[in-house]
Amino acid sequence: MAGKTLYDKLWDAHVVRQNEDGTCLVYIDRHLVHEVTSPQAFEGLKLAGRKPWRVAANLATADHNVPTTDRARGIADPVSRLQVETLDANCRDFGITEFDMADPRQGIVHVIGPEQGATLPGMTVVCGDSHTSTHGAFGALAFGIGTSEVEHALATQCLILKKSKNMRVRVDGAIPSGVTAKDIVLAIIGRIGTAGGTGYAIEFAGTAIEQLSVEGRMTVCNMAIEAGARAGMIAADDKTIEYFRGRPYAPKGELWERAAIAWRELKSDADAKFDKEFVLNAADIKPQVTWGTSPEMVVPVDGIVPDPEKETDTVKRGSQQQALKYMDLKPGTPIRDIALDKIFIGSCTNSRIEDLRAAAAVVKGKKVAGNIKLALVVPGSGLVKTQAEKEGLDKIFRDAGFEWREPGCSMCLAMNADRLSPGERCASTSNRNFEGRQGTGGRTHLVSPAMAAAAAIAGHFVDVRELR
Amino acid sequence: MQQFEKHTGLVVPLDRANVDTDAIIPKQYLKSIKRTGFGPNLFDDWRYLDPGEPGMNHSKRRINPEFVLNQPRYAGASILLARDNFGCGSSREHAPWALMDYGIRAVIAPSYADIFYNNSFKNGLLPIVLDRNAVDRLFKETAATPGYRLTVDLAAQSVTAPSGATFKFEIDAFRKHCLLNGLDDIGLTLQHVDEIRAYEARRRQEAPWLFT
Repeated sequence: MAGKTLYDKLWDAHVVRQNEDGTCLVYIDRHLVHEVTSPQAFEGLKLAGRKPWRVAANLATADHNVPTTDRARGIADPVSRLQVETLDANCRDFGITEFDMADPRQGIVHVIGPEQGATLPGMTVVCGDSHTSTHGAFGALAFGIGTSEVEHALATQCLILKKSKNMRVRVDGAIPSGVTAKDIVLAIIGRIGTAGGTGYAIEFAGTAIEQLSVEGRMTVCNMAIEAGARAGMIAADDKTIEYFRGRPYAPKGELWERAAIAWRELKSDADAKFDKEFVLNAADIKPQVTWGTSPEMVVPVDGIVPDPEKETDTVKRGSQQQALKYMDLKPGTPIRDIALDKIFIGSCTNSRIEDLRAAAAVVKGKKVAGNIKLALVVPGSGLVKTQAEKEGLDKIFRDAGFEWREPGCSMCLAMNADRLSPGERCASTSNRNFEGRQGTGGRTHLVSPAMAAAAAIAGHFVDVRELR
Repeated sequence: MQQFEKHTGLVVPLDRANVDTDAIIPKQYLKSIKRTGFGPNLFDDWRYLDPGEPGMNHSKRRINPEFVLNQPRYAGASILLARDNFGCGSSREHAPWALMDYGIRAVIAPSYADIFYNNSFKNGLLPIVLDRNAVDRLFKETAATPGYRLTVDLAAQSVTAPSGATFKFEIDAFRKHCLLNGLDDIGLTLQHVDEIRAYEARRRQEAPWLFT
């Protein structure tokens, strides 16, 4: 019998029961909750007279709607305010731990989970947010769910699921200087396509993935969903275990020793079979920039905007033409000639301390270009913000002309006041370049933190490798 | 959940691949704490020429006459014809809520994003997968035939065109059963309370750190 994949192991460990047709009841260890996708679920619980199955399995925070400017004034938009207040009230009513807007631990749900050790290796982790795949970075099975499933997870601590197929994406070799986890995952999406992982759980593996820090691995798994896969994951190793040592929710003492032993098994067996496999060579990966309205529309920074006329697939050609029209770009334009209006460094993809350090290293001692109307740095959590300030990163950003903000999702999806105006062009470290994502009519180019920082200084895209 | 057995309705063709959930229902409407009322904002950025905000009177907004949903021949459509990877992007269940609230009961496409596909079933919206050739043919017939209607029969797993041509589709047995009977998932799961408790008891021994 063939060995098991990491996904097989995580799945098998969490099956409560299996029906004849293969549908399983799967146990959920951790449920993260935020204000946008939970109010209707809590309302459903109340209407049915149900209570959370295991209150302690839930951890909540407000992130999508929160202002990133002075919090003392509260939320100006009454609709946003009501949604955040509804989360506060629901958490109070049901006894769920919440890091509310005033809590120093508040932040983006996918940043605070690992930061607190509330999401751990070997867990099943769900949240009403597609970027829950982030937590797969440390050998967990983590995926986004809809509001009906949020209610289901709250009420039963389980979900009704069918197992996905296994895919492995291997990235081998030494990571070139100037290339980051973000570039690796964008290159992967460019290769397999935005629907390439649909129906699969992706395991990212190979020596390049092993070289990444745990935070870098989170960036990679975060964007598994942009390749169509609900879950992305990476085997646990020594770095993973060290990452969690001493975190508030992580086990302590004798329990820690037991957990660490169990976590070392969170990897695919050598003879495990994958339904599909892709292999990339790290040496071939350059800093990436998206040019279109799907994350798969991506090229290296030294590339050009592609010509749809050269695309043979008619549906793809149509998508490319629509994308170029929306992005106001002409085929053949060098990526480096694209001038920008705004810069956004933040989001669950790239707002952790290492991301801010990488951006600050590029910015240090320089000034934001005159054509940049706004350059924002939005830390992923209150604790990331405090750490960055301790290291003086806030000063580096401020001196250069960046705004240093309070933590939240911010301009990744523009549910709060941070957004693009119609026609504005942004270099963003977030995860989606969809039409209108950062504001109606706004144009998004996805890049790494170092690339966004370099673009802020130059006013247009530049190859971060040439700065070193 | 609303059940689905058989439905005959007008077809509206949305000829774009990778229609994402941000396009289906833009983020500003996600601030609502209700499940209903999203219909007027379905495809908001494409449907209207002016930027929309929650609380606006949408009947007074400038509509985009080019957008397919605004064309008089597709008024009252209840079956959406789409291309590959429909519903990609975020996990927002507001996407199927908006489609249902608008009056869409079934979507036909060659493929869907996983989370959207799953969310649809939880709300009585039937996402039908037909192969690319069949979808191409339906796009052509819809364009060529004003008032083009299809009949979807979930029990028979078939889509029938006015010509009588029938296309069979695959669907998971459990999802079909739940949709045909309008079953509540939570109710079904709570029939297995003892098994969940037994699983928890075993895991508390094996991996107690998961229960902090």
